Amino acid sequence: MDTQHSDARPVLEGPDIARVLTRIAHEIVERAKGADDVVLLGIPTRGVFLARRLAVKLEQITGRTIPVGSLDITMYRDDLRLGPPRALARTEIPGDGLDGRLVVLVDDVLFSGRTIRAALDALNDLGRPRAVQLAVLVDRGHRELPIRADYVGKNLPTSLRETVKVQLTEEDGRDTVLLGVKQTVAGAQQ
Amino acid sequence: MQRHLISAADLTRDDAVLILDTAEEMARVADRPIKKLPTLRGRTVVNLFFEDSTRTRISFEAAEKRLSADVINFSAKGSSVSKGESLKDTAQTLEAMGVDAVVIRHGASGAPYRLANSGWIDAAVINAGDGTHQHPTQALLDAFTMRRRLVGRDAGLGHDLAGKRITIVGDVLHSRVARSNVDLLHTLGADVTLVAPPTLLPVGVGSWPCEISYDLDGVLPKSDAVMMLRVQRERMNAAFFPTEREYSRRYGLDADRMARMPEHAIVMHPGPMVRGMEITAEVADSGRCTAVEQVANGVSIRMAVLYLLLGGAVFDSRNAPAHPQTRIEEK
Repeated sequence: MDTQHSDARPVLEGPDIARVLTRIAHEIVERAKGADDVVLLGIPTRGVFLARRLAVKLEQITGRTIPVGSLDITMYRDDLRLGPPRALARTEIPGDGLDGRLVVLVDDVLFSGRTIRAALDALNDLGRPRAVQLAVLVDRGHRELPIRADYVGKNLPTSLRETVKVQLTEEDGRDTVLLGVKQTVAGAQQ
Repeated sequence: MQRHLISAADLTRDDAVLILDTAEEMARVADRPIKKLPTLRGRTVVNLFFEDSTRTRISFEAAEKRLSADVINFSAKGSSVSKGESLKDTAQTLEAMGVDAVVIRHGASGAPYRLANSGWIDAAVINAGDGTHQHPTQALLDAFTMRRRLVGRDAGLGHDLAGKRITIVGDVLHSRVARSNVDLLHTLGADVTLVAPPTLLPVGVGSWPCEISYDLDGVLPKSDAVMMLRVQRERMNAAFFPTEREYSRRYGLDADRMARMPEHAIVMHPGPMVRGMEITAEVADSGRCTAVEQVANGVSIRMAVLYLLLGGAVFDSRNAPAHPQTRIEEK
C-alpha cells in the first residue's frame, strides 16, 4: 500500500496537526460549555492516538481529567463479507460508562461515512450517551451516508483517484497528512 | 486460516495466536450490558451433535447467538439418524437448507474430516470432538486459559506459550482433548509431558511431540500447569488398571500433591470432573483450579473461531489469503 504514496505530498505537517488539535479542543470546550461530561472515544488505530492527544489538550484548558477510550468498529462494518476476516482492535470504555455523557468520536479521516455509521451502531450496544459528536483530523468529502463532522481539522477537497494517508508519531514515527494518487483506480475504499 | 477447523494440528503458530488474540477481544463482549454483536447476522450455523455433550454444545450455541447467527440444533437422538440416515444424507439435507457452517460432534474419529472434504456441503466445518481423535476448540480454550494465567491478560497479546511446562495426566488413550492439546501446545512452543499408566497411553505415543512419564510426583514440581483428564469409563471395554483406588492413588491429584506444584502453577480440567477419581473435591474447589474459567473462556474462543471462519468473505480454500488483513489504512 505504501508504494501508492511514493509521490504523495504532505498537506499537514507536525506543527499544523498540533495547532489543529488545539483549535478542536477549544471548540469542544466552547460547544460543550466547559466539557464537563465529555468522553472521547477514538476509532482504532489512529483515531485513538488523536483522542489521547485531544484529551491532554482538553485537560490543559479545563484543568480536569477527561475520560478517553477506544471503540473498535470491525464487527459492525457493512463490508465484512467483501474481504478476508479482519483482526480486531481494542474497545475500551472508560470506567464511568457512556450513559448520559457527551461522547465525541475521534477519527483521522472522514470519507464515505461508513466507519462512523458502524461506530454509531457500536455505541448503541454500549450505552446511551446524552449526545454524540464527531471530530476528524481531515474531511476528504465523498460521503455515501448522511453523516457530517462537528469538528474538522482540515477540509481537504479530493478526487476519488486521490488517497489521503495520516501518519502519527505513535504509529508511524512522524506526524503528517499525505495526499497521493492511486496507481490503479479500484473504486472507493472505506 | 483454513476454511475448516478439523484438527489442532492444522493450525500454524500465527493462526493460533490470532485466534487467542481475537478471543481476548471477544471476552470483553461478556462484560457489556448488551452481550451481542451483529457480525454473523443472516448466517446459519447448525450444531450437529451425534454424541452427548452439555458444555460444548451450550458453549457453541452461546457463541453463535452472541454473534447474531441463526442457530439450528440437531442431536442424533430423535432425529432421522435414529431411523438409519447416513452422514451423507444428513449433510445434503443441511446443504439444501443453505447452511453456512456446521459444528459437528461425532463418535467416529474422522467424521468431521469426511464432512469437510467429501464435497457433500460447501459450509465451513468446525470439529467439536470426533471419537478419540481431536477436539480443537477445547485445546484452544485451554491454551487461552494458560496464556491468561501464566503470561497475563494484556501481556499475553501476540504471544505464544514458549517455554511453559504443561503436564497432562490421565486417560490419554481415549482422550481427544489430550491429542489436540499436545498438537496445539507444541505449535505454541510449550513443553508437554504426558503422565499416565502405560495401559492408558496409545500405541505410537513415542512419535508425539512430547515427553512421557509414569511418575506424577516427579513431574509436578516442574509444571506450570497440570491438566487432569477424566477416566473415560464409557469408552473402556477392557481392564486398564487394577482398581479405581489404585489409579486414584497413583495418578489422582489431591491437596498433598497440589502443594508440591510451584506457587504460580494452575490445575486444569476439561470437564466433566469425576471428583474422588482423578481429582479430589478439595483441589477442584481451590482457587488454583481453572475448570469454571475454562468454560467461560470456551465461549470467547468459539466466538473467535466462528468470526474468523465465517466473518469474512467465503473463499475457495485453495486461494484463501493466508492471514487476515488488518484495517485498511487508506481512506
